[in-house]
Amino acid sequence: MKFSDEFETRFSEMLTHYPTRRSALVPTLLYAQDEVGSLTDEVIAELAQRLDLTELEVRNVISYYSMLTTKPRGKYTVQVCTNIACMLVGGEELLEHCKKKLGVGDKGTTQDGLFSLEEVECIGGCSWAPAVQVNYDFHENLTTAKMDEVLDEYKKKGLQ
Amino acid sequence: MATLVSHPDEVRVVAKRFGQGATDIERYLQLDGYKAVQKALAMKPDDIINEVKNSGLRGRGGAGFSTGMKWSFVPKQSAKPKYVLCNGDESEPGTCKDRLIFEQDPHAVIEGVMIAAIAVGSHHGYIYIRGEYRYLSVIMQKAIQDAYAKGFLGKNIFGSGYDLEIYWHGGAGAYEVGEESALMESLEGKRGIPRIRPPFPAVVGLWGGPTVINNAETLASVPPILLGGAEWYARLGPPKNGGTRLFCLAGHLNKPGVYELPMGYNLKKMIYEVGGGIPNGRSLKAVVPGGSSTPVLLPEEIDVAMDFDSVAKTGSMLGSGGVVVLDDTTCIVKFALRTMKFYRHESCGWCIPCREGTDWLEKTLIRFHAGGGVKKDIDNMYYLAENMLGKTFCPLGDAAAMPTMAFVKKFRKEFEDHLDGKPCPFEKAGAAERQPVLA
Repeated sequence: MKFSDEFETRFSEMLTHYPTRRSALVPTLLYAQDEVGSLTDEVIAELAQRLDLTELEVRNVISYYSMLTTKPRGKYTVQVCTNIACMLVGGEELLEHCKKKLGVGDKGTTQDGLFSLEEVECIGGCSWAPAVQVNYDFHENLTTAKMDEVLDEYKKKGLQ
Repeated sequence: MATLVSHPDEVRVVAKRFGQGATDIERYLQLDGYKAVQKALAMKPDDIINEVKNSGLRGRGGAGFSTGMKWSFVPKQSAKPKYVLCNGDESEPGTCKDRLIFEQDPHAVIEGVMIAAIAVGSHHGYIYIRGEYRYLSVIMQKAIQDAYAKGFLGKNIFGSGYDLEIYWHGGAGAYEVGEESALMESLEGKRGIPRIRPPFPAVVGLWGGPTVINNAETLASVPPILLGGAEWYARLGPPKNGGTRLFCLAGHLNKPGVYELPMGYNLKKMIYEVGGGIPNGRSLKAVVPGGSSTPVLLPEEIDVAMDFDSVAKTGSMLGSGGVVVLDDTTCIVKFALRTMKFYRHESCGWCIPCREGTDWLEKTLIRFHAGGGVKKDIDNMYYLAENMLGKTFCPLGDAAAMPTMAFVKKFRKEFEDHLDGKPCPFEKAGAAERQPVLA
């Protein structure tokens, strides 16, 4: 299976960082997922073979980490934190707003495949709450109006 | 980039270079960067350890264990390689300080890892950064590359004859991995399941080698200690609680933000002066002093010095520096529920008391908050939490149990106000719109 050159360079370099091949597994899974969209059977088989693991061992690790997924997601995953610091200043209302605006529930994906929505645990934006991550980008001190702007921005970008 | 704040009471040691472009190695060097590690190379390892011990630096991840002491547990001779592991898997709710250090001053973390490595005779360091902090991994990767390019890392660092390799490593979303033994499992490419101790990581850690594991803020505090001296650092805080720490002020505050204050700074002052007090003319209901796992404090309990020992005397913990402030519109039952939802989600399932306890507590709290509670639930929740304490491989079970016990104990009346199918006194919505109630 073919990954990008960037992926391959990072992967081979990473293998030199550890005394065991397996140690590269967790970050590699995340980078593979970023490229492919999700951890498909093909990705799992490929990485298991590269790291001298069984597919079961790889799946066992995938199921533990909340960012790893075997199901495809939208182009942009909107991750709304509702943990304590965000909850106190409107994190839950923000999540409800996103559900309405995108027309999907928690872990749902819009029909055009542009957005997935996910309620997440603390993402480290507590002092700038409420906080949302869209893929890896932080958006903080949000209101429902600012959230609309953020989503519109991604929509524009996604349709280009 | 996170927004930076400031307050006149701040004493900037770790945050000294925040907002000054120190991600750039040249700028870092101008601002006293990589001086401390060169000093360390000229010192005897035991002298470095003693300096850190005497500084009173205690683990900033939350446990508050003496850093110098931890380093001293690493055996001098070891057949297996020794490792230094920086814990940057920051994920305790309420905590967002390590994020700022990585973002604003990544070289300080690298330098801290280097000094720790020299002190314990290790030649390999790892900086573990949580998966959600991808932009920080990018910053750290560049910082490490720049340090290699300058000859500060690799073979014969600073011409000293000492070899030292440092790598960064990314996570993929798991609170549990912030626990030191689970962190090592994760770095070894496994599920983040805690290891039984003893043996402690200082003796048998990463790949079986002796390992020092310190929080990112702890390690970033080490270079200033070597430069300024243990005595100077120790005097910044009260006895046995040296230095400063980054406090993440969050919740119902006029000026939330991450502030670096001396250890022992008064919590009341922190809330009303540094944090600007409670907005909208409301009053204070409670404070979670050090991340979601620390027992809640009542308004009459907040005239306390924020150091490990003084907060422990109140029955709570200084924890990770995440100060979450709740005003009088907050429903404690709901707050307890959200806290428990988190621990249930993050429990790795390895030990039964934690796996089952968090699940039952969450289920009970959902039903209770929705108006389906019965009187004996209140004592049952306390009893359940009490029976999780100290009965798990790692402290996640305790982290879930301790706040629950405090909520029930200190806000029993509020729990009782949710009984008999009464609507939550804090919810605007009617009963019908809320969660289904157990018959």
